[in-house]
Amino acid sequence: MTEQTATAPAPAAEPTELEKRFPGAVKRDARPGYEGYVVEAGKLREVATAIRDEMGYDYLSSVTAVDYFSDAPNANNFIEVVYHLYKSTGGGSLVYKVQVPRDNSVVPSLVDIYPGADFQEREAWDLYGVKFDGHPDLRRILMWEGFNGHPMRKDWKEPYFEEELKPFKNRWPEGQVYRIEDHNPFGRNVKYPAGFDPEGFRESADPALYDSLERAARAYSEDIDTEQVVVNLGPQHPSTHGVFRMAVRLDGETIVALKPVMGYLHRNHEQIGERNTWIMNMPFTDRLDYLSSMSNNFGYALAVEKLMGEKAAPPERAQYIRVIMAELTRISNHLWAIGFLLNDLGAFFTPALYAITERELILDIFEATTGSRMMCNYFRFGGVARDFPAGQLDKIKDLVRERLPRKIDELDLYLTQNELVRSRGENVGVITPEEAIAYSTAGPVLRASGVPYDIRRADPYGIYDRFDFDVAVRYHGDVYDRYMIRLDEMRQSLHILEQAVKQIPEGEIMTGKNPYQVRVPAGESYGRVEGPKGELGYYVVSNGKANPYRYHVRAPSFINLTILEKMCVGSKVADAVVNLGSIDIVLGEVDR
Amino acid sequence: MTENRPANPTVNTAGYEVPPELRQNIAITTLDKIWNMGRRYSVWPMMFGLACCAIEMICTAASRYDLARFGMEVMRPSPRQSDLMIVSGTVTKKMIPQIVRLYNQMPEPKYVLSMGACASGGGPFKEGYNVVSGVDQYVPVDVYIPGCPPTPQALLNGLMKIQEKIDSESITKVRWYRKGEIPEIPVPLLGPDIIDPRENAMIKEYTSKPAPVPLAANPQAPATPPAAATS
Repeated sequence: MTEQTATAPAPAAEPTELEKRFPGAVKRDARPGYEGYVVEAGKLREVATAIRDEMGYDYLSSVTAVDYFSDAPNANNFIEVVYHLYKSTGGGSLVYKVQVPRDNSVVPSLVDIYPGADFQEREAWDLYGVKFDGHPDLRRILMWEGFNGHPMRKDWKEPYFEEELKPFKNRWPEGQVYRIEDHNPFGRNVKYPAGFDPEGFRESADPALYDSLERAARAYSEDIDTEQVVVNLGPQHPSTHGVFRMAVRLDGETIVALKPVMGYLHRNHEQIGERNTWIMNMPFTDRLDYLSSMSNNFGYALAVEKLMGEKAAPPERAQYIRVIMAELTRISNHLWAIGFLLNDLGAFFTPALYAITERELILDIFEATTGSRMMCNYFRFGGVARDFPAGQLDKIKDLVRERLPRKIDELDLYLTQNELVRSRGENVGVITPEEAIAYSTAGPVLRASGVPYDIRRADPYGIYDRFDFDVAVRYHGDVYDRYMIRLDEMRQSLHILEQAVKQIPEGEIMTGKNPYQVRVPAGESYGRVEGPKGELGYYVVSNGKANPYRYHVRAPSFINLTILEKMCVGSKVADAVVNLGSIDIVLGEVDR
Repeated sequence: MTENRPANPTVNTAGYEVPPELRQNIAITTLDKIWNMGRRYSVWPMMFGLACCAIEMICTAASRYDLARFGMEVMRPSPRQSDLMIVSGTVTKKMIPQIVRLYNQMPEPKYVLSMGACASGGGPFKEGYNVVSGVDQYVPVDVYIPGCPPTPQALLNGLMKIQEKIDSESITKVRWYRKGEIPEIPVPLLGPDIIDPRENAMIKEYTSKPAPVPLAANPQAPATPPAAATS
């Protein structure tokens, strides 16, 4: 990456308004294949405020870092922090970047301008060691405090390091196959800094977390001086939807402060993704949000197809298959979400059993088409892997026209007016529209707060611009509306599906041959889809080789959790469980 | 296994003759068989999901696959009440101290079922810096199920293997009725990397050396790896 210098002179293009406004501090990103602006670190906060207040880019979608590193002499090494912004009224993106040296990477924090940057900046600190100056609570988020190094930096090697890029040499037929354990001195996936003495080591009980909890509790004032207690919900707790932990400070039953703790399922998706070849990442995306693997495939395929250009444009039939699969996924995900939200409300497993029964029918279609119930690995760059087997489309038609509408009405009938659902859901965990945008919430959480923002409509991808559907929106922003909006969205998905199964043409499902290896031109790209949980974005950087140079997932579950503390403080501890259930997180995506 | 396990284990199997008129009312069997029958049809799994496999585990417990047919539907949220730990998903370094602690908290007799590729050996995420290459590096595993994720049918098959294992145990030989305490597994620590207290001496030996330790050479590997074939 050495040739892509940060200070390359911009081509003689007309300076944009932003460049005129901040002469010298904002430059066009002139690297081939790149877009947006490069902002000077010292001016970042000023520029960000102007972009939010004057240009209307009020929704900070993604913050991430890229490590441009080469061990060649005189290489221009730097860390780049990338910001993707949108307008909450729809339209394309604005990208700006800040470049800082690797050994002293300090960037001003944007948390008070965009509160949604909170967790994403902590993630960049954890994995890249970028210090965000002015961040109120800069702790590690995915790894634990005390972990040695910042693992996503290109010069940090994991204990099982074999080679920089796959395919590894020893896996070729003429190579000598060995187990990587045999090459690690400990025979397992660990490494320690030199001079480390395990005998004298004492584990600390995460003082940074409890300090932060105490600091947050200071804002809380009480009339009677009572003792506050700290309760840890999770990581092994039946109501946290997996290995998620909430450290809660309680005054009686009232939540004074709450800090989510995650990373218990951090399986290094991005680091493995940067060793993999482009196509190898497709099955890994299945395991992000493992309830909706097809949507995950869709986002990644879009991001890479954007870079590959026209030669990877999927044929018509493939486009329809993609929409059918993505919408079926949305329905199956929302069925699951409603079932388990009711679990959290105390209706233990009966609604979930009804929902899972319907989900199984959708999984049958996935299994018949892709060969797997959950991990479908179905999309390819330029199409999909297989066509529907004979008779499968009729099954989908039957499901979409007959069975699912009735079953969704049935859920509606039994649950919506239920007194317990209403009293536990109405006015609980309220998010105002302004908060929802500022905290970068996405998907049903955003739309239940009265912001009609749906990427399928705001920034259409695939062939979504051809379908007639309404953007589901509700206005109270409470748990009840977040339940209702999932019912609405399932009905809209059925509406899209009805049109899609009617219009789907015969024909090819793949442009060109199904490739073993794809050539991706150098550049960056951000592909995003409206996943069932919200905006699922993939930020990929290619240097023209067989592997992605940077592979970042903007995970909606992860970023939606930023607002959890705000929703819960002041309410009862039992409502924290319901609030979490109404966000609908999947830990595979939160921790990646 | 069916030939050495009669369909109804309580029926006259101990070699005693029961008069025909009493056969409806009296059965003679061994204590082991009675004891094991009670245990095999009431294995209570811990409600403990780690990752993707947990979804398939929930589907197995739901109506289509119906775990209740095996007496296993009573998922307990507390380790103190459970007999079986289904390790359903990727075991990370950040999570393994909790898993070991939960295992230690389970009362004997206890069984561990490693569900899926990740729990059995790291799976697709094995090379990750935060991933433990299999839960069996820390807790003993009774049954491994392959798959990513295993289908509900595969999980049911694994649970039947647990039942077979229970059948093969004898009350006079099992470890939890013998003298002496069963030692707890030491809980790993989160230091600069995960630390297994059982390996402190080995870790110290390597980290105290001044020069970086060369990787243990693989006798079969050539000195320089062959060039990769062009793709």
